[in-house]
Amino acid sequence: MSEVAIASRIPLDDYAALLGEGEIDELRVLAKPLRGRSIEMINSTAVGGGVAEILNRLLPLAEELELNMRWDVMTGGDDFYGVTKSFHNALHGAPYHADPKDFEIFLACNERNRARLPLDAEFMIIHDPQPAALIEGRKKNGNHWAWRCHIDLSHPNRQVWDFLEKFVARYDTAMFSSPEFSRSLAIPQYLFYPAIDPLSEKNRDLESGFVARTLAQYQIDPLRPILTQISRFDRLKDPVGVIRAYRIVKRYFDCQLVLAGGSASDDPEGAEVLKEVQREANGEADIHIIELPAWAPLEVNALQRASTIVIQKSLREGFGLTVSEALWKKKPVVASAVGGIPVQIIHKHTGLLAHSVEGTAYQIRFLLSHPEIAAKLGENGHEHVKENFLITQKLKRYVTLCLAMARAK
Amino acid sequence: MITAETPFEFFTVSYLTRIGNQSAGTLTEFLKGLNQCSDASIFHHTFQTLSSHHFLTEGFSNDFAQWAHADANREDLAEQLAALDVRDYLSIAALRTDLCRVVGDYCTANPPLAEQTALERFYFCESVEVTLPFGLTARTLEEFRNGIVHSSHASFYFHFLSSRLRLQLQTNDFSHWLADGLGLGTLADSVNHIDIYTNTLDSARAKVLRLIDRERRKG
Repeated sequence: MSEVAIASRIPLDDYAALLGEGEIDELRVLAKPLRGRSIEMINSTAVGGGVAEILNRLLPLAEELELNMRWDVMTGGDDFYGVTKSFHNALHGAPYHADPKDFEIFLACNERNRARLPLDAEFMIIHDPQPAALIEGRKKNGNHWAWRCHIDLSHPNRQVWDFLEKFVARYDTAMFSSPEFSRSLAIPQYLFYPAIDPLSEKNRDLESGFVARTLAQYQIDPLRPILTQISRFDRLKDPVGVIRAYRIVKRYFDCQLVLAGGSASDDPEGAEVLKEVQREANGEADIHIIELPAWAPLEVNALQRASTIVIQKSLREGFGLTVSEALWKKKPVVASAVGGIPVQIIHKHTGLLAHSVEGTAYQIRFLLSHPEIAAKLGENGHEHVKENFLITQKLKRYVTLCLAMARAK
Repeated sequence: MITAETPFEFFTVSYLTRIGNQSAGTLTEFLKGLNQCSDASIFHHTFQTLSSHHFLTEGFSNDFAQWAHADANREDLAEQLAALDVRDYLSIAALRTDLCRVVGDYCTANPPLAEQTALERFYFCESVEVTLPFGLTARTLEEFRNGIVHSSHASFYFHFLSSRLRLQLQTNDFSHWLADGLGLGTLADSVNHIDIYTNTLDSARAKVLRLIDRERRKG
């Protein structure tokens, strides 16, 4: 039994209507040699965050393939999570000087979890830096260990990475969301993408009435073009840059801008950024700044579906799954060429990439002037997501990884 | 009804993308990478990318051409790289030779451009392949048709495109079996002439099925 509550089951066959029966049959064929063999996923949180969201969806599907997959969550105190939060920011490149005590707290917590968790599955898949040192509990039975890193390691703090690398190097393999995030390691490194669930509330089809009511709720005019960026109020998402790009577009097109993100009330930095955004918007009626509740999948879905163009003008990005969400809804996307975004946006095929405020504005104007090209990009984007960034593809990748690791020994 | 002595066995394939140790920020580095990367890397960025991007039927040929176009901003080079058709190659070595020739000639003719920094780096990756029997076999054209209908994209790609490297022949698994197993040489040729660059895997499969149906009506 897993230690965490798993999302309600969506039968695997329900995905066949979207993907085709052959794709689901193939998943069953690939999983067959792994039936009954144990796979253990370990991360550091049962709720909140993209990893937990994906594992929550992945486990019921794995169960349908008769895979013996379990999910355990490591436990730790506030001191451990304080240290790992600092490590997380440092690995993203933020300035940080670790105290030797920080490393002791990290190691002690991993040791306690090594004693608590069985770690005896044939395939151990460890998510992110927090539980990375569990590898020290590797049994002599020769099970397979893989480290899945969901964060951008392209410019890590040297001190923190040097410490972590000692553990990562002992895994059989590591997986990253973009080649740019990988490190120079002796073990094989694979590209693993995050994924969206096409049948989740955030992505499933909606009744047009619900979309219309959502627009009415936020006083957005459905008859004029809507440019939307969905993201939390974070400087790295450059919401102020989005407003500046919108203002350039507005000179030529009577359009509206929607900036919608999770509530900033419990995030001091978010609240500060929200104020900056409101200041930049200066009360302009056609700029809609929407603070959504922390969990508002249907509203996000409706806003994306109502959009003429979706923007993701991040300055840095992990993967940026909001791009896949928009592409799945066949929306043309204009996004920055950072992090995992270029994997999703193949320039001029599945969307348009930009590198500046002016470039973003130019690409938006181009698409507003050429709706037939915008529609084609949206169609291609939908197919790209279907082929590469759905939860079923993610499951297929894990199954393939386990098969490849088993064959390698 | 003709029955083949050796049945056609449908397989499926799943790929992991292994991140290589090389990347390129200029055309000179790109050429060096093309020369030094593994065969699995050339395969990944040409053959395999056609499968994972099969839905792009206008202007997308391979990852190398896309980088030259979108990141290095060298349209003329991109055009030459895109024009290389994987179906003309029976070995990765021959494909690599032509890729290097095209990029090498371009760098020689345009020395300043060879050192210009691209917007984004090119990362050389590799395909790691896992193949398994799909559980479908065929001895007759009817059974073969049924197998094609029920196979996945990956299975269709495996037999229709990447098979050229296995067979070392300018044909594919389907055509090979139709000709050798069932003696249907004309049908085999027609299947082999379907253009994978201007078709999605679904539309290519639909064409194969139409050709089979036409053959069945003849019989």
